[in-house]
Amino acid sequence: MTQRGRNLLLLAPAGAWFLVMLVIPLAVVIIFSFGERGPAGGYVPAFTLEQYANLPARWAAFKNTLMLAPAGTLASLLIAYPLAYYLAVRADPRWKTVLLVLVIVPFWTSILIRSYAWIFLLGGRGIPALLDLIGIDNVRLINTPFAVLIGIVYGYLPLMVFPIFVNLDRLDKRLLEASADLGASPWRTFLQVTLPMSLPGIATGCLLVFILLMGEFLIPAILGGGKVFFVGNALVDLFLQSRNWAFGSAVAATLVLLMLVSVTAYMRLIRRLGAQREDVALM
Amino acid sequence: MSEAAYAPPSAEPAAHPIAEFRGVSKRFGEVLAADDLNLSIRTGEFLSFLGPSGCGKTTALRMLAGFESPTSGEVFLDGEVVNDLAPYRRPVNMVFQHYALFPHLTVAQNIGYGLRQRRPKPPRDEIARKVRAALEIVRLEGFENRRIWEMSGGQQQRVALARAIVNEPKLLLLDEPMAALDRKLRKEMQIELQNIQRRLGITFILVTHDQEEALSMSDRICIMRDGRIVQTGTPRELYDQPRNRYVAGFVGTSNFFDGVVERADAYRARVTLGCGIALEGRVLAPVAAGQAVSVSVRPEQIRLARTATGGETGWEVTILNRIFLGEHTEYLVKHDGLGEFMVLTPRQAELSDGPFNAGERLTASWEATSALVLDNDQAPQAN
Ligand SMILES: Nc1ncnc2c1ncn2[C@@H]1O[C@H](COP(=O)(O)OP(=O)(O)OP(=O)(O)O)[C@@H](O)[C@H]1O
Ligand SMILES: [Mg+2]
Repeated sequence: MTQRGRNLLLLAPAGAWFLVMLVIPLAVVIIFSFGERGPAGGYVPAFTLEQYANLPARWAAFKNTLMLAPAGTLASLLIAYPLAYYLAVRADPRWKTVLLVLVIVPFWTSILIRSYAWIFLLGGRGIPALLDLIGIDNVRLINTPFAVLIGIVYGYLPLMVFPIFVNLDRLDKRLLEASADLGASPWRTFLQVTLPMSLPGIATGCLLVFILLMGEFLIPAILGGGKVFFVGNALVDLFLQSRNWAFGSAVAATLVLLMLVSVTAYMRLIRRLGAQREDVALM
Repeated sequence: MSEAAYAPPSAEPAAHPIAEFRGVSKRFGEVLAADDLNLSIRTGEFLSFLGPSGCGKTTALRMLAGFESPTSGEVFLDGEVVNDLAPYRRPVNMVFQHYALFPHLTVAQNIGYGLRQRRPKPPRDEIARKVRAALEIVRLEGFENRRIWEMSGGQQQRVALARAIVNEPKLLLLDEPMAALDRKLRKEMQIELQNIQRRLGITFILVTHDQEEALSMSDRICIMRDGRIVQTGTPRELYDQPRNRYVAGFVGTSNFFDGVVERADAYRARVTLGCGIALEGRVLAPVAAGQAVSVSVRPEQIRLARTATGGETGWEVTILNRIFLGEHTEYLVKHDGLGEFMVLTPRQAELSDGPFNAGERLTASWEATSALVLDNDQAPQAN
């Protein structure tokens, strides 16, 4: 078999998967988005831009998603980085794996169950009640964007920790010694060696969390209580409740477009940062 | 860093020690990696730590750099105890065994790294100038903007060296910097290192387990074994007056005839070998009757002749093998009692009597003063 033939054979399963699971559904969504809602719901073929003209009706969902997805990514990063750093660099090597597993363990239970625990914690008899005890009353946490943010950080932390951990764990510790040997204090060594060298891990973690957050619907549904909802919730609503497939498709297609745009912009940024890595190190 | 700064090597380095170990021990759990080290390193000298793998050479170096602090004892730098001084506060730089160059920086940025850490930070053009001068010293002009992975092993090694010397440290530590290089490159780098050391006048401490490297480069060698210093001295001292069999075996090659001291005074000893033969030899460190010793005779101090010469004891030997080495010829000979040993004959000596052929029966002889009676204790020696 030729090299080309072998390459094709290697790519065949992924290609088939890509076609069946991604290209065809996406094509269906795009076709549906130009159609109309049937009298009893579902989809009637047509060619109209009516559904797209209707998008502003779901503006709040887009706004929430576009604000909380980046904010959630950033918050996860800020909490995950020190944790990953501790696990990879500082923790006793004998305990490293155990501690890492402890970070991942929550992933084994459904996010649904875990988020319900937060309903209690953030609800009237949880943290607000404690705050009340020390004199801070009338704090509302549940069903606010903040509650959703907490849920996001909680749910997605392992996903952010893992790539950064792997990256920092593989960082050659001798480089840190070399930096110290050349006169850099621990903090400057962190800024000039550790941080720039862990950029790939940060980039991977952020991309992963951001993409998943753009499609998130469970956490806002549970901790946002119908007040803070994402595009994902709008889609659940449109497809499963009001059975407006055409409008749902238009919303979905718009979400995909937004994701493509933001991920492309993100990749550009990372590449620029990568090119400037030496400047980061020269700070 | 210019040619003007050339400082000719002083035959006797200044007595003022730049660094010192006083009773330094380092324990890693069960392992005693450094055991009561006592050593004074003179300003401007080129000192080597020589010893087999795991004998504690790197540990000694790391205590000077500040990566390990001693379990007991004191490490001095420039007259001050620095046991717990952080590495980044020491006027010491290290060339790491695997270079540890920063992959996210260019060659020039790697070399300038140490200068950029100084406070107040030197101006940009000064850093650039010093980096260029350092690149010149290691002969890597024009490689400023290369990435580390675009450099060969030998070039990387020179970058690592430049990155250290650009800081003009008082003490430069080199941990087997040439272990990853091929023979030819290693020879070149050895010469280059020596030139650089003489030119800059920096004190060098080199770790190696290559005796040839240590012998050819160092002013003094510190022979280590199981975390201890066995003997410190100039290459010549170690070669001519080894403290024990371990040192004699590590510095150059020698023939060893193991036996027990029959009688000894302060200068000479008579040793009975296992085969019953008795050998006379010179005593360097006192030995007592009954002590297990080795009689060491260097191959070049043995003469071969077709006819027995008068005066000395001659040994009837058969030539087993002959290796032509140019200026010298190396013979492997066998004596019925002494067993096999090596003889190195200079070309000059062969003009009259040689060369000898394999299978020939000859007389081997040496002067009693060239035979050394050395302690043969397998356990490490106290200092
Ligand atoms: N961080 C450490 N933890 C535990 N043991 C160590 C540590 N560092 C060194 N050792 C032990 O100390 C001893 C001396 O090690 P060291 O690295 O100084 O040897 P070395 O002479 O440099 O050997 P090599 O020539 O192989 O580099 C070894 O037995 C080693 O296993
Ligand atoms: Mg070592």
